[in-house]
Amino acid sequence: MSLFQVDNISLHFGGLRAVDDVSFAVEKGEVFTIIGPNGAGKTSIFNLISRLYNPTAGTLTFEGQDITKLPPHEIATLGIARTFQNIELFENASVLANLLVGRHCHTTTNVLTELLFLPSVRKAELAHRRAVEQVIEFLGLQKYRDMLIAGLPYGVRKVCEVARALCTEPKLLLLDEPSSGLNVEETSDMAFWITDIKKELGITVLMVEHDMTLVNRVSDRVLALNYGKVLAGGTPAQVQSHPDVIAAYLGG
Amino acid sequence: MLDFIQQLVNGIALGCVYGLIALGFVLIYKATEVVNFAQGELLMLGGFFAFTFITFMGLNYWIGFLLAVICMALLGSTIERVVVRPILGYPQFSIVMATIGLGFFARSVAGMIWGTDDLKIDTPFSRSVTENVVRIGSLVIADDKISIIVATVLLCIVLYLFFSRTRMGIAMQATSQNMLAAYYMGIPVKRVFSLIWAISAAVACFAGILLAPSTLIHTNVGFIGLKAFPAAVLGGFGSIPGALVGGIIIGVIEQLAGFYLPQGFKDVAAYIVLLLVLWFKPDGLFGMKMRKKV
Repeated sequence: MSLFQVDNISLHFGGLRAVDDVSFAVEKGEVFTIIGPNGAGKTSIFNLISRLYNPTAGTLTFEGQDITKLPPHEIATLGIARTFQNIELFENASVLANLLVGRHCHTTTNVLTELLFLPSVRKAELAHRRAVEQVIEFLGLQKYRDMLIAGLPYGVRKVCEVARALCTEPKLLLLDEPSSGLNVEETSDMAFWITDIKKELGITVLMVEHDMTLVNRVSDRVLALNYGKVLAGGTPAQVQSHPDVIAAYLGG
Repeated sequence: MLDFIQQLVNGIALGCVYGLIALGFVLIYKATEVVNFAQGELLMLGGFFAFTFITFMGLNYWIGFLLAVICMALLGSTIERVVVRPILGYPQFSIVMATIGLGFFARSVAGMIWGTDDLKIDTPFSRSVTENVVRIGSLVIADDKISIIVATVLLCIVLYLFFSRTRMGIAMQATSQNMLAAYYMGIPVKRVFSLIWAISAAVACFAGILLAPSTLIHTNVGFIGLKAFPAAVLGGFGSIPGALVGGIIIGVIEQLAGFYLPQGFKDVAAYIVLLLVLWFKPDGLFGMKMRKKV
């Protein structure tokens, strides 16, 4: 059984078919990338998975459980985390605070014990802090730990968002254009991290990406979309040499 | 000098009430970007609930107090669920009009249920009819003024601990900064909104009960909410400590203006301050410059 499976999913806005009968399966431990020209429906698929949109038809299955009808806030607890194309961080909070919010879905203490700051709460807080520190070390964010997000450069924010997603201890990580807005060097770092996330942390990655160098470096499998429909699927090399994909990109 | 201190203390007590109402505005605004124009009416309803429990049903003051606060919290979350949530996402204007309408509605309904007479709650603070003041030297402070100040301080400590220490409090802060991200951290954003309205209504109820001995309870007591607006703006709409400090400043200015300046200045003092703030420091005293990305 695949870790995550999308079956015949469609999303229609009136007459516009943003996603049209798309199916794919993500296997445990791989980096699966969705590519396609602008407006192909890549981010729409992400928004469907994170339950921002309700699909017109089709089902989403995660670890054998149907998640098509779940409310958005329950997705994190299941083990699916995501980052956004345009970065959605808590801007007026420190990096550390942002990452600690990532631990929210693993908090089990209640209001009363929290107000009294009982030993059990203290212990839980220490454990959360330790988990966060591991992520900080993993992504090399030590020197930014206490800085406000609002004052950080774009590239660092991008990494912070990945870090916050990792703090939720996901089984499946959705990355929406991890390289957008990054320079060549930062993109290369991102490629290393994605590989490390897969190899060292054993997290499955589902990614939307435009930068073909990055796609080729990290992806195990690629799915090409255009106008909401699947064009081709397979290894990066297979997909890139597929005549329909070339036509879609070059307008042939 | 004694006069000055006397007026100052009275001003602080009045300001605490403004501050609590402003706090209600700010809580809702910060989390949901809705300005709740019915905040004053929530205060009024809180007073009426307390009257029903304490004077009408004859319950113990503190039990009645608690029941009223709980009822208002439930009412607050019901308002969020029934009135506000369905129109979230529509232009700000619709929500503003809805809350203004809600205010009118609450005033008329309260008039129908409790009548239009001034109602009074007996508090355990007034020990007897003749001796309900505390004397410090030649300074005379009414008991109900002291009760307002003490209760406000206690409430603020509890709220501070809630927002800084508890999981739900932090979740609320997170939601107010970025709703979308909050969803994907596993925060039930809709429940957070309901809870914010509940807290806001509970705080308004608190203020209404504290204010009852000074102004009595009547259907127009909610107009005090209009005085809390300058307080919220002065504090930089969106800052919780700012709302309280703003409230106290407005209260003190109003009290001093009433005492030292010619008649009539008392009522406009708050709005003169509002204009000056908007003129010279539109972000308020504690305001954060926040820009939205487009």
